[in-house]
Amino acid sequence: MESSKVIHAFYNDDEILLDAVKAVKAEHHQIEEIFCPFPVHGLDKAMGLAPTRLAITAFFYGCTGLAFAIWMTNYMMIEDWPMDIGGKPSFSWIENMPAFVPIMFELTVFFAAHLMVITFYMRSRIWPFKEAENPDPRTTDDHFLMEIPVKDNVEELTALLTKTGAVEINVVDKH
Amino acid sequence: MYQFSGKLKMLSFALIIFGAIGIGVGFLSTPGSVDDVKEMLSQESSQEDGHESTNQDASVNDHNESTKVIGLDHGDAVHGEHDDEHAEHVYHQLKNRPWSAVYVSLFFFLGISLLVLAFYASQRVAQSAWSVVLFRVMEAITANLVPTSIIMVLVILSASVFHWNHMFVWMTEGTFDPTSENYDAIVDGKSWWINATGWTIRGIVYLAIWNAYRWYIRKNSIAEDTANDNNKTYKKNYNVSVGFLFLFMVTETLMSWDWIMGLDPHWFSTLFGWYILSSLLVSALTVIAFVTIYLRSQGALPGVNDSHVHDLAKFMFGFSIFWTYLWFSQFMLIWYADIPEETTYFVARFEEYKVPFLAMVVMNFVFPVLLLLNSDYKSIPWFIVIGGVVILGGHYIDIFVMVMPATVGGQWYFGFPEIGAVLFFLGIFIYTVFSSFAKANPIPKGNPFLKESEQFHYYNIEHRGESSGDHH
Repeated sequence: MESSKVIHAFYNDDEILLDAVKAVKAEHHQIEEIFCPFPVHGLDKAMGLAPTRLAITAFFYGCTGLAFAIWMTNYMMIEDWPMDIGGKPSFSWIENMPAFVPIMFELTVFFAAHLMVITFYMRSRIWPFKEAENPDPRTTDDHFLMEIPVKDNVEELTALLTKTGAVEINVVDKH
Repeated sequence: MYQFSGKLKMLSFALIIFGAIGIGVGFLSTPGSVDDVKEMLSQESSQEDGHESTNQDASVNDHNESTKVIGLDHGDAVHGEHDDEHAEHVYHQLKNRPWSAVYVSLFFFLGISLLVLAFYASQRVAQSAWSVVLFRVMEAITANLVPTSIIMVLVILSASVFHWNHMFVWMTEGTFDPTSENYDAIVDGKSWWINATGWTIRGIVYLAIWNAYRWYIRKNSIAEDTANDNNKTYKKNYNVSVGFLFLFMVTETLMSWDWIMGLDPHWFSTLFGWYILSSLLVSALTVIAFVTIYLRSQGALPGVNDSHVHDLAKFMFGFSIFWTYLWFSQFMLIWYADIPEETTYFVARFEEYKVPFLAMVVMNFVFPVLLLLNSDYKSIPWFIVIGGVVILGGHYIDIFVMVMPATVGGQWYFGFPEIGAVLFFLGIFIYTVFSSFAKANPIPKGNPFLKESEQFHYYNIEHRGESSGDHH
């Protein structure tokens, strides 16, 4: 059952936040989301988030770019219009391969980099006119916010979060 | 303190003895005179006649073209003189083979020790914290610089002063003498640089500089452990390392001209010094990783964790690509412009050394890149060992393909002297490195970055044998 209310607990130090995450996880409460002004090392591990697979997609995008470059140079320079340009051997692709390597390298990097970035944008749901999902403007400056869904345990959660060093605890309606 | 085990000592002695036997067999099996070679060649050509010249050895054919010898199977009087010339040429190549086999391995092991020393100096200068627990491993490996330098001096002297070998064609009598039939105007134009006196002195100076720094930094690094002098010793070591890195870059470039590019005195390439550097540097990092993994498995390196191994593998990966970049830059520029005086270098290698020449690119680039691309694999010892063996083999071939075409040409083969030389120098390496490691505290206690190094943790590596509480 989806709860309609969430607790917003504010912290003002990343070390305190990390300890709080561990304490909350130890009590088996579900952490919905954490908002930080900057990357906190070890936060993903403390929250138990799965590792990213972005690097794996980049590898396959790179392979695609390499294949595209090989196909393109072979089609243009060898198959479609093989010309004698300054004595370069255009009888087969492999004979003229060294001349194509700079293109192959650059296209591999181009595909890997750009497609990975686009993948990142799509998976993170970021685009130019996207409405910001920030629950409190202070989280982009100097506060850390932990969001925990409420079942019937507001008292218990508040006590726990106070103990972990939260500087402010609000129960709000889920937007 | 680490104990150099008797078993390992026996292994190193056995390698040295077997290696020396292999080298000895190589020297004994060279032909005694030009007449022996003529007999050998006439046997080969009579076999070829039997097969109606269809099965001719490709390398012999190419060789004929380059030396303007019409053909082995035309044994008539007109070409008799050319046959004599050809036989003499082959005789010199066969005589060069055991020398070159020793030279390739010697240069490989000497270069690796030298680059470990340079990498070590760079770590001191960069004040990098991660590698501090590996300092004693690197220092131990540089101990191999001493015996290889001594053997190198012997090779330098025997080549230049005593003329026992003919690996360097420009050392032939009469090369700089216009009245001699050996006169070579092109080489004579460079005689201000490549002359036996200068070459010998320069070679000994390079070795003296490198060994002086090694001796000094080893002594002072151990002194650092108990110094307690507000890091004065540490700062002195820093300053000396800065000076060494400058001298190293100069001497390494000159060394690569003298010892490798000098084998082909008609050919020249500007990025050659960097190319040699990259080849030796990636081999050096692989060797550091190997010795680290071995000593760690023996429990001799308590401060080393998976993140250190991961960083070494990352260096192996990165510098493999750097080597490929330089190798390809040199090859592609020469291939593209196709200026005859430069292209001959690669023509000789592509015609007569096609398999090692191409296999080297696969071994030094494709294989390590695919194997060590994954971050998780970089901290798994057996992955690094597999990748490292291929990298070291590939870079041995790299040196082989630099040296052999200039000295033995088409007469190359991977047999007793080549394998013997590798085993011989491997034995010396094992003995010097591990006995040196046993002589000092495996942890450089006095280094101000030691604590940081022991706690070094690369973010996405889960260390084996550590709980999650050890992180962060």
